[in-house]
Amino acid sequence: MTHGAWRLADLAISDSGFVFNPRTGDVFTVNETGRVILLMLKDGIGSGTIAESLRSRFEVFDEDVSRDVDEFLSVVREHGMCAENGEEP
Amino acid sequence: MTGEGSFAPTVAVTGLNATDNPGPGVGVIRCLRADPDFRGRVVGLAYDSLDPGIYAPDVADRVYLMPYPSEGHRAVWDRLAGVIDDARIDVVIPTLDAELPAFIELEKDLAHRGVHTFLPTREQFDLRSKTRLEDLGARCGVPVPRTRLATQPRELFQAAEELGLPIVVKGLFYGAMVCHSLDEAVASLHKTAAQWGLPVVVQQYVPGEEYDVSALGDGHGGMVGAVPMKKLFLTDKGKGWAGVTVGEPALLDVTERVLRGLRWRGPCEVEVVHSKKDGRFYLLEINPRFPAWIYLSAGAGQNLPAACARLALGEEIDHLPPCRVGTMFVRISLDQIASFRDFEDIMAHGRIVRDEGES
Repeated sequence: MTHGAWRLADLAISDSGFVFNPRTGDVFTVNETGRVILLMLKDGIGSGTIAESLRSRFEVFDEDVSRDVDEFLSVVREHGMCAENGEEP
Repeated sequence: MTGEGSFAPTVAVTGLNATDNPGPGVGVIRCLRADPDFRGRVVGLAYDSLDPGIYAPDVADRVYLMPYPSEGHRAVWDRLAGVIDDARIDVVIPTLDAELPAFIELEKDLAHRGVHTFLPTREQFDLRSKTRLEDLGARCGVPVPRTRLATQPRELFQAAEELGLPIVVKGLFYGAMVCHSLDEAVASLHKTAAQWGLPVVVQQYVPGEEYDVSALGDGHGGMVGAVPMKKLFLTDKGKGWAGVTVGEPALLDVTERVLRGLRWRGPCEVEVVHSKKDGRFYLLEINPRFPAWIYLSAGAGQNLPAACARLALGEEIDHLPPCRVGTMFVRISLDQIASFRDFEDIMAHGRIVRDEGES
């Protein structure tokens, strides 16, 4: 009776960045960048590709984008929305 | 009574104390009325002439003042028998912990008068007692916090040593205080004992997210329906003032195991904590009735009180459809303009009749 790997696919993400985790009842808001990242995670896209996509989508040339994506992913993990291992995109 | 295509019983419901620590009665009644096939009448059974649910004209068609259960089963029955004659009740749904033993004991008398119930047996009721939580966990195959009983500080100290601080001190019927020190625990022991008597329940503290599941057991080990909810906002009394239905399968699993293990018949509320430490879902307690937030079940597409009334009347219900995850409620506190005539009727005559001429 423990949680299985959290399924990002279950997350309900609105256009305004309001996010609802239907398993836990947790709600939170993310900015546009966070929303885009979560949508890509839901689609099973990996962190490297997400960073690339953000660079081109938001015309960011900073090399720190990859690090920022990784940080975001660790926050996502902390909130129990993807497993430490297994479901890692 | 029920007939083909209609659902028209007279249902009596208790617990109209819709205060900041509300009874479930008004929520149960709103669920009955939310059933699109319901054509029946609702009779409210109140314990206090100022129970707010009395004064909402769209809640109960009739209201009767009842003696408190502490006055004894006979006093309850004497009044109830008069109400049955007066209002021709088909089903009664008690909603308060303290009155359940009386209604369970009176089940046969009620049936003899044509009044149906859908309640646990006394044995089932006793098995889910907080004092027997560890036995229940073993019986149902669900993890529970380690639990001890204490009647005096010495036993409390011993329990704290075994369980480790912090501990939770609970009353037999109500209340829970997390105690981080022995001083706090002793104060809680005395406060809880003064309110709810002895012994007090001393429980291992399991930190984590708490969830509540309102459920309905069929009495044969099956689960007719279950609505899991996470509280989004708590009052200073720890009551949920807002919440949302959730879809965590482990919550339904715990509930299903409990209903199967007890062969529970009737409504209940299962309280569960998802441990931060080991990720397991621990059963905290089982309340033997619908919770105050039960209207959420109707909103989420799984009307448990209506199903309970139908089962009491002998209808066959296998499983209700799954509830809609993400259905939210927010309780509202507002000033209701009350009829002074209603106040007079309940004070002077112990009843309010709003359906005169309709029946």
